[in-house]
Amino acid sequence: MSLVARHLEEAGITTVVVGSARDIVEEAGVPRFVFVDFPLGNPCGKPGDPAMQRDITAFALDTAAVAIAPRTTVQAPQRWGSDAWRDAFMAIDEHNRDELRAAGEARRAHQAAAR
Amino acid sequence: MRCSLQLVVGCAEYVRGMGAKADRQLERRSYVSYIDKSREYYQAQGFEQAYRWAAFDDVPFSRLVKPLSECNVAVVTTSFLHHHDSAWGAPASNKVVYHHPVGEAPDRMFTADLSWDKQATHTDDTETFLPLARLVELAAQGVIGSLNHRFFGVPTEYSQRKTGLDAEAIANWCAEDGVDIALLVPL
Repeated sequence: MSLVARHLEEAGITTVVVGSARDIVEEAGVPRFVFVDFPLGNPCGKPGDPAMQRDITAFALDTAAVAIAPRTTVQAPQRWGSDAWRDAFMAIDEHNRDELRAAGEARRAHQAAAR
Repeated sequence: MRCSLQLVVGCAEYVRGMGAKADRQLERRSYVSYIDKSREYYQAQGFEQAYRWAAFDDVPFSRLVKPLSECNVAVVTTSFLHHHDSAWGAPASNKVVYHHPVGEAPDRMFTADLSWDKQATHTDDTETFLPLARLVELAAQGVIGSLNHRFFGVPTEYSQRKTGLDAEAIANWCAEDGVDIALLVPL
């Protein structure tokens, strides 16, 4: 999506990315980015919370209007309410290490067969 | 003196409010690095080559030249429509860049193949990533001029060349529609 932002901006359209994967978006480099520090999946607000969704959407539009330079990142003030998801997502531990290795081997075999 | 008392009371309330907010510092002070997480995850799967994410030094910039209240806003999503003759659950296949009328947006979008946090949350409420109803409200309030009559969807490709072609298609559609601001929401 960062590539789309860059392309649209080159075509003269003002863009703002609203997302939760801060490092990936900033690594690519976009004109304007509203960082929402939530688990991946709900960058515009929590499910069933229209007020929060409206606030974040309006905040993104304000960012589009007021930013004066590229690579503008603004962090939305909303909080998810818990932090367990941060370590739990894509976690690697003794419970899934063998499973992950096996999944990788299966995928490599599938890729080799497809060649 | 009365004035200073008010000041003291005000300060105490301010500090109390800030103290409650500052509790979040006890848990976590840094955001999640998905570049680190995905690299470690694929290493654990035995892949030796780490994925190289898009990385640029120069960033284009097109300043907004009209008031927000006069702007036509379009949303670009990485979610897809379900197969047209199914209810929910059937995967979108052969994903290609698309446009769809905002008035005919379905209750659910197909997101199952995207890499979001399926343990921590869900995407049943499409406004959490495709905020069309919220934008209609903001237009009614006069915050923006209008919500564009169609939204756009783009597959997340590993191929930068292919994404460039998709972006070109969306840029053309935005130009046709007179879009002033594109709100890009990756899942």
